[in-house]
Amino acid sequence: MESSELKRSKDSVNSCESARRSSFPDEVLERVLSLLKSHRDRSSVSLVCKDWYNAERWSRTHVFIGNCYSVSPEIVARRFPRIRSVTLKGKPRFSDFNLVPENWGADIHAWLVVFAAKYPFLEELRLKRMAISDESLEFLAVSFPNFKALSLLSCDGFSTNGLAAIATHCKNLTELDIQENGIDDIGGSWLSCFPESFTTLEVLNFANLTSDINFDALEKLVGRCKSMKVLKLNRSVSLEQLQRLLVNAPQLAELGTGLFSQELTIREYEELESALSNCKNMHTLSGLWDATGIYLTALYLACTHLTFLNLSYAALQSVELAKLLAHCPQLKRLWVLDTVEDKGLEAVGLNCPLLEELRVFPADPFDDEIVHGVTEAGFVAVSFGCPRLHYVLYFCRQMTNAAVATIVQNCPDFTHFRLCIMNPGQPDYLTNEPMDEAFGAVVRTCTKLQRLSVSGLLTDLTFEYIGRYAKNLETLSVAFAGRSDWGMQCVLGGCPKLRKLEIRDCPFGNAALLSGLEKYESMRSLWMSACNVTMNGCRLLAREMPRLNVEARGGMPRHLSLLSEMLGTRQTENH
Amino acid sequence: MEVNYENGLNLKATELRLGLPGSDEPERQTTPRPNKRTSSEISSSGLTDDGNDDHQASAPPAKAQVVGWPPIRSYRKNCIQAKKNEVEGGTGRYVKVSVDGAAYLRKIDLHVYGSYPELLEALEKMFKLTIGAYSEREGYNGSEYAPTYEDKDGDWMLVGDVPWEMFISSCKRLRIMKGSEARGLGCI
Repeated sequence: MESSELKRSKDSVNSCESARRSSFPDEVLERVLSLLKSHRDRSSVSLVCKDWYNAERWSRTHVFIGNCYSVSPEIVARRFPRIRSVTLKGKPRFSDFNLVPENWGADIHAWLVVFAAKYPFLEELRLKRMAISDESLEFLAVSFPNFKALSLLSCDGFSTNGLAAIATHCKNLTELDIQENGIDDIGGSWLSCFPESFTTLEVLNFANLTSDINFDALEKLVGRCKSMKVLKLNRSVSLEQLQRLLVNAPQLAELGTGLFSQELTIREYEELESALSNCKNMHTLSGLWDATGIYLTALYLACTHLTFLNLSYAALQSVELAKLLAHCPQLKRLWVLDTVEDKGLEAVGLNCPLLEELRVFPADPFDDEIVHGVTEAGFVAVSFGCPRLHYVLYFCRQMTNAAVATIVQNCPDFTHFRLCIMNPGQPDYLTNEPMDEAFGAVVRTCTKLQRLSVSGLLTDLTFEYIGRYAKNLETLSVAFAGRSDWGMQCVLGGCPKLRKLEIRDCPFGNAALLSGLEKYESMRSLWMSACNVTMNGCRLLAREMPRLNVEARGGMPRHLSLLSEMLGTRQTENH
Repeated sequence: MEVNYENGLNLKATELRLGLPGSDEPERQTTPRPNKRTSSEISSSGLTDDGNDDHQASAPPAKAQVVGWPPIRSYRKNCIQAKKNEVEGGTGRYVKVSVDGAAYLRKIDLHVYGSYPELLEALEKMFKLTIGAYSEREGYNGSEYAPTYEDKDGDWMLVGDVPWEMFISSCKRLRIMKGSEARGLGCI
């Protein structure tokens, strides 16, 4: 951030308007402020004084709206006349886990209509958990001649026909990123809709689509898009086809393979190995569906500069992982399945000293009888070998307070600590005590902690610790935990930076809910489902805070979601 | 200060609720569930599944499961389920069996058998014939019949060469060859 420039401008700006205007032209201020990228910095800047507010709004080109119900598109368009890029998030995060009913809302169309009128020069649209129909995609494709980048993450309501419209009409498209959506995958013909004259694509991610695409069309597309940096294929692309694509795209920085399992001749194997290792710029590798030991060896030469390896769709054993990791010295981010077990994680600790992020997903989360997977031992082993670890997502079936204490002692820089002990309300398996001390250790030691997900048997003590120590915590996820209202009250009374709180299946009731009135002013969202909150409690809340969007849904399980931001204006009640 | 949430506000007259007019919707309280998953809620009322989960061709889970727990996104859940169907065959692993000269085909579930001898014995019983013993060098030499199967690549292979698990996952159909063709398979 250009702090020296800002300081200079601040010094020369005094409270006298006329003096300010003569000494500091708006154009200069706008130019300086246009260098600010962080939306939080921009929000702060806009609060300094009226001139700064105006300069900021004229220089802003990207708007981030973390909750689509916090503000209307008209208000956004009125305040920011020069937006070229929009990021919008809609549904509560628990909609990813089927806790939000269909047709809940967060429809993009009204926004697109306003944008078409006010931002005809719009270039980028990034949506997360929004509802978007094929009609909306078609409207988008024809309304913005400069449109460049579309990213849809966890969205739903559309089909591959919508993608066909984008491919057909967006002549300047550089990015098409379709991830983990509730998409109606009718077929792969959308990819063939890119015209033969089209050459600008830099990012193409269709990894989570299931239908076969026309490989011939894909090969030609990749061949003529010389600037392509990111290519993430779906399962339908075979190893042999992958090799053919790579030969024409050695410049790729991020590659998502297709199915990584096919009987190859020796020559085919060598060609694949060679094509992979020729991608000298490759730093991210994913896909790798069904990869097994035999084929992983083809990757060895390609992994030298790899910083992000996503193996979470390859059920590897510990030995296979260990052998592969020996070739990945630069690794910073690693995603794996728990089939690698503790032994595999030991190998992580031994081979990846630069590791910053680890995610361990369960291969078989719904089977009680599984005795494998990872335990506390694996996590501890990683913490000894990877002191720079700051982001972890860990699914396991057993954990101890002592292990977590050791882990955070080894890695005090955690910013994201998401631990999921898969059996709800499970205690420390050695001592049979609650897991309170584990999370106490986390919040006490990891002063930079921004995001925390707790699990296991937890009393109100955990929340006392969180409220007292987690000074930088912004996001907290709680499930099957706590003993009384006191727990939630501690969190709402502490945690000065809390923005998102999501709670399910906890004994927190109306008293807890209503203790947070002040807090909700500065939060983005609150979710409570299957707790002890009643409809009348919700109504009281809505009455006390008219600027809050309150949604309360009866039935089983009862859910309450509060979506608010500084400009929340609507009050809605659904049944 | 104790606030009575239920009586202080006379909102009953304008209350929005589920249920027919004249019926009372009971206020339901939920309690914490520190116990194992099996005693928790079943995923049924109120919430409709999102489209993804409906497209799984799988048997319903044997135990009651908590909705949305463990917190795994739909795409990954679908991958897990698809894999289970493929590998373990939740719905069975049925393949057609033809015998040279027989009027019609049969179908068997490979998962019912744990090994080659079991499978061969079952085939012998089903079709009233003798296949005999397998040897690596000579196949089923000495027998009038040779069991073969079509694998994932479309090739016809002799039953017994590969490990059982690999056989189950790659076998698409069985054909029991007869006569000179069968004898020829043993002496390549």
